[in-house]
Amino acid sequence: MEPVFAIVVGALFTASTYLMLQRNVLKIVFGLVLLSNAANLLIFTMGRLTPVRPPLVPEGATVPIPPFANALPQALILTAIVISFGLLAFSLVLVYRAYQEIGTVDSDRMQEEEPHPDLRTSDPAESAAEIVGA
Amino acid sequence: MEPLLPVLPLLIPVATAIIALFAWRSRALQRWVGVGGAVALLAASIALLLHVRRAGITVLQAGSWPAPFGISIVADHLSAAMVLITGVMGLAVAVYSLADIDPPRERFAYYSLLHLLLAGVNGAFLTGDLFNLYVWFEVLLIASFVLLALGGTREQLDGALKYVAMNLVSSAFFLVGVGLLFGLTGTLNMADLSLRVATFEQPGLVTAIAMCFLVAFGIKSAVFPLFFWLPASYHTPPVAVSAIFAGLLTKVGVYSLIRVFTLIFVEDVGYTHTLILWIAGLTMVTGVLGAAAQHEIRRILSFHIVSQIGYMIMGLALFTPLALLGAVFYIIHHIIVKTNLFLVGGVVQRLSGSSELSLTGGMYRAHPWLAVLFLIPALSLAGIPPLSGFWAKLLLVRAGLEIESYVIVVVALLVGVLTLFSMTKIWAEAFWKPIPPDTPLPPPINRRAMALLVAPIAALAALTLTIGLWTEPFLAFAERAAAELMDPSGYVRAVLGEQAGAVASDTATPAAVTTVGAGEP
Repeated sequence: MEPVFAIVVGALFTASTYLMLQRNVLKIVFGLVLLSNAANLLIFTMGRLTPVRPPLVPEGATVPIPPFANALPQALILTAIVISFGLLAFSLVLVYRAYQEIGTVDSDRMQEEEPHPDLRTSDPAESAAEIVGA
Repeated sequence: MEPLLPVLPLLIPVATAIIALFAWRSRALQRWVGVGGAVALLAASIALLLHVRRAGITVLQAGSWPAPFGISIVADHLSAAMVLITGVMGLAVAVYSLADIDPPRERFAYYSLLHLLLAGVNGAFLTGDLFNLYVWFEVLLIASFVLLALGGTREQLDGALKYVAMNLVSSAFFLVGVGLLFGLTGTLNMADLSLRVATFEQPGLVTAIAMCFLVAFGIKSAVFPLFFWLPASYHTPPVAVSAIFAGLLTKVGVYSLIRVFTLIFVEDVGYTHTLILWIAGLTMVTGVLGAAAQHEIRRILSFHIVSQIGYMIMGLALFTPLALLGAVFYIIHHIIVKTNLFLVGGVVQRLSGSSELSLTGGMYRAHPWLAVLFLIPALSLAGIPPLSGFWAKLLLVRAGLEIESYVIVVVALLVGVLTLFSMTKIWAEAFWKPIPPDTPLPPPINRRAMALLVAPIAALAALTLTIGLWTEPFLAFAERAAAELMDPSGYVRAVLGEQAGAVASDTATPAAVTTVGAGEP
């Protein structure tokens, strides 16, 4: 079971890296989403996979019978999911606000903090057409 | 009260943030709560520091869950010092904000966010649990994201995008490292990890995981080649926000690097710490060269943050008691000086209407006292005796000479000279040269606002002078902090109890003896 998960985690990391290398900021955010999911799945796998063995104490016993599933990684992942969900919501709003203000989602044209004479942003309508075309 | 001392620096800012949120109708009340909370935080952090000095490493097991099962809050000398300096910066910036932050930003919960940021920073300094460290990182990150974007100008949104993206990548690396380390050892308590990693039979795997942490914390602390988000974002928000970011946020990364690379990853020092030494040298050089090419005050200062991080990392990389002493001393000195430089830069910007060096001038003639207040942190940053930066650099240089890492010493000294070049550039342009003709001057700052802006600057400058002229007690403190870092058995014993500590001193010492000088760049 672990090899399958390892491959899935690897595929997720690959896909997220590919997305983060794009110029479109929205794709970069999608890459970040995949990245945090890959990390979560990795923690899950590192907690060892024990299918159909919930960590419950059977009647009459005082401890669960090993091997039983490790509950701690799942608690960690739940925390990480909540955090990454909040950050995702914030990033999406930030991208949208930046698009409203700057008028583009092309990271090469986002030169506000470091103005470059050749790459000043054109007017929003024109950039919007580019995004639809892309 | 005493058993609660280690958590007070976490509870007070969170409580302040919540109270300030409830006071959202009244801007005046928010301002009072913001400053009052900062005073309380400073008082609590002084109490914690005094307690740690008296009683040694202080541990609180959250919910009385015994370590390593629960979350330990650990205050050793380094943590207590970092918490105290956070308290000082929190108060200085809270007071400065009263005159610097505009009403709309204040209405949008500026003071709550500032205190949440402080809570996150303190949490990162005090936690003894690796996953909890991740959580505190996220607390300070989300607060810093909002602070950076609050106000929503074009520059801010653009800078924030870069900052957010890079920091999320860093968090993912951190999480991967935590997951892998948990998979190998089955624990997240840092003291317990220190024991288990020392006896782990596949050191190669541990080193690979150490690289995850190096990248994660390297992005946070803006080392070469992962620093580019910093100069892209730090000059965009209001000055008070830049100042607190510049002082504290990168240092959380440096603190975490020091923590994990003295407590957990000390098995293959020859590889990991030599790599860190290379990074340190390159960070110093690229940062200072970047600064030399800039002509805007806050951009210059941002690049200098990068360059100065190199010195702190150099102390960690050399990994001798003297070098770590230098690193700890450097961090404390740097936080005060760098925050102060940003605050002075903000006043210059307010007085001359611009922070572009070509558009400023005449400050020395118009405000000679401001020039003095600039010179103290500026010369300290460059390492001119007898200011605090001189002692910090001296310690690191001596540590480098002691183990014959001559190359890094030469780099450190050269970078010091170039730092002086940048500082004299700001001096010559903003303070010395006459103001360019027909520059439209902004309306003068009223007396009350000026007092609020200058009071924190003067206080921090006084602190810099104190550290420089009355160095002994600060050195003695940093020495104890460094001794605790070099011999983690005390930390382990404080967290896990006496027996575990005995195991630690058996296993940890041989690794700590290995020196790094062999593979110097």
